Amino acid sequence: MKDRMNKCSSWLLERFPISDLWNEHMAHYYAPKNFNIWYFFGSLALFVLVNQFITGILLTMNYKPDAKLAFDSVEYIMRDVNWGWLVRYMHSTGASAFFIVVYLHMFRGLMYGSFKQPRELIWIFGMLIFVCLMAEAFMGYLLPWGQMSYWGAQVIISLFSAIPVVGDELSLWIRGDYVVSDATLNRFFAFHVIAVPLVLLILVFLHIVALHEVGSNNPDGIEIKKNLNWKGHPIDGIPFHPYYTVKDLVGVGVFMFFFAVVIFYMPELGGFFLEHANFIPADPLKTPEHIAPVWYFTPFYAILRAVPDKFAGVIAMGGAIVVLFMLPWLDRSPVKSIRYRGGIFKKAVLLFVIAFIGLGYLGTQPATPGATTVARVLTAVYFGFFLLMPLYTRWEKTKPVSERLTEHPTLEERIPELKALVDEIVAVETAPGPMGATIVKRRPNYAGIQAVLIRFAKNLKKSLD
Amino acid sequence: MKKILYTLLFLLPLSVSASSGVKLESADIDLSDSASLERGAHHYVTYCLGCHSAKHIRYKRIAMDLKLDEAEILKNVAPLGAGIYDQMHSAMNGHDAEKWFGTTPPDLSLIARSRGADWLYSYLKGFYSEPGKPTGVNNAVFKDVAMPNVFWQQQGTQEAVVKTVDGQEVIAELKLVEPGQLSAKEFDRMVNDLVNFLVYVGEPVQLERQQMGKYVLFFILMFIVLAYLLKKEYWKDVH
Repeated sequence: MKDRMNKCSSWLLERFPISDLWNEHMAHYYAPKNFNIWYFFGSLALFVLVNQFITGILLTMNYKPDAKLAFDSVEYIMRDVNWGWLVRYMHSTGASAFFIVVYLHMFRGLMYGSFKQPRELIWIFGMLIFVCLMAEAFMGYLLPWGQMSYWGAQVIISLFSAIPVVGDELSLWIRGDYVVSDATLNRFFAFHVIAVPLVLLILVFLHIVALHEVGSNNPDGIEIKKNLNWKGHPIDGIPFHPYYTVKDLVGVGVFMFFFAVVIFYMPELGGFFLEHANFIPADPLKTPEHIAPVWYFTPFYAILRAVPDKFAGVIAMGGAIVVLFMLPWLDRSPVKSIRYRGGIFKKAVLLFVIAFIGLGYLGTQPATPGATTVARVLTAVYFGFFLLMPLYTRWEKTKPVSERLTEHPTLEERIPELKALVDEIVAVETAPGPMGATIVKRRPNYAGIQAVLIRFAKNLKKSLD
Repeated sequence: MKKILYTLLFLLPLSVSASSGVKLESADIDLSDSASLERGAHHYVTYCLGCHSAKHIRYKRIAMDLKLDEAEILKNVAPLGAGIYDQMHSAMNGHDAEKWFGTTPPDLSLIARSRGADWLYSYLKGFYSEPGKPTGVNNAVFKDVAMPNVFWQQQGTQEAVVKTVDGQEVIAELKLVEPGQLSAKEFDRMVNDLVNFLVYVGEPVQLERQQMGKYVLFFILMFIVLAYLLKKEYWKDVH
């Protein structure tokens, strides 16, 4: 029996390089040993992608891409298909989870300079994945054929009509009708289910191939390939498998925990993951009072609304994404990681984060004059961060970069520190209780909390220098 | 710059207060209360189904979820002639509805998910008499709604007490001027049962989903523990 198995496997190995592939990309792919929590989001993105593929295939088995049937078929899945509700929630929550994971993954790249030479192409492929993902999410959102699906698509497609000369023809061509209709739904279904996923898959493949060619960056932004041992392996590297496969397994577990909390207890997440108005069937004659895209598009939507002219707004929104593609050439700093950069970059990143989250919040709110003013300021900060980057990254004084990877306390090692923190902010009182027992009362210790907050603010200020 | 800062500071509280018009009363939703859901189903068929379908739910599903006998639900809840596998269809056709009310009454299968339980509860209790209207009533939560007050016999007649805020007349409260067949407490319970039923109809699986959740989370926690121990074992030699 064993002999026959061996024969089978050698038959296969002589014809297909499975072991070479495995070694090159897993067992002998050396990754820096100091990956921190930010490095979970790449593998998590892959995990969510697989989730979306599987649940998506299951959904198409019962979904009907027809303007008359679409809304009801989704409810049919939610009620009459066995486990249909779970599959649908996994897919809808997965869409939001995808963006959370991808935004954090991109932010990791921004912090540790993973987009810089020699990884520019990885960043470009990654950005193409992000654009594809936005197209995928936008088209998928039309499919439930609710009010928000319909009017969201109506608003976004009409943006194309702002383009001079060809605009009206172009938006008509995209919709296949004068308004969003059955024709639009059918073509969006085709794109969402076949065309974009295929492109996405190819891009993910290219992203990983490009990464494995140059090797992973790390929180120190040092090339581990510069320090090789006598075998020619990086001293500071460890094989991806088994070390990072088992580590990412923990990340997948923690992710699944939060994912399951949303699916089983709050699938709508207060209207952020599934908008309330989308439980009303699409009605071409009734415009909702307030049309807001799903949360992951709101930063860009806020930029669009912040610009007074429609066409300029479209350009600004497109520019907000295009500028991300140019990041590898905008950054002129000699160091990669934020750990060795000067104070200006750190402050700029902080401002950028505030602007991005602020724009995201404003995009969900109605555009009042006050909100628009704030959105304009935040839009200026967003673009300022990128467009001024060639200047401030060249000016600022960087810190000397370490030769080898540095050790930082891991999450486990910081548990005693966290315990001390809890002790500091909690006041414990003991009082004699009935029958010789003692009653322990825990109250917030305000002096302790104040001290902790002050220390936190001081640390934050220090870390920005 | 200072102006922007002030705008930023005041933006958050403003946006919260601007969105709410009338203060909503909160409904007491308990999907494990089968008796309440059964009463709600009965009220729905009696008072709502004449105009509003709930086409995404079947009588069979209600019987299964509320652990009711099929014969019993057909006798006590479903309208005459409905079969156990039937969806909750309304007898009124859209063409007539359009003629009578000027609009087709919406299907209510998902109304609790689009409007929320508190809104429904306040809306159903929010009718007050306004003689100029075609139906003789207006609504404090949904102004100029085409729907008449179907509970006028049970609730009695309410009138709006208006006050002037910033030069505009707003409804301060609704006062019962003519008592109905039910006391205020009994009526509240009736509306609450109905809203409870609508919340259930919005997503029949939600109770089961929440009950299932704890086992899933426990399973995942066990997985995390095992995965963590595995990671620790493998990483012993890294440093």
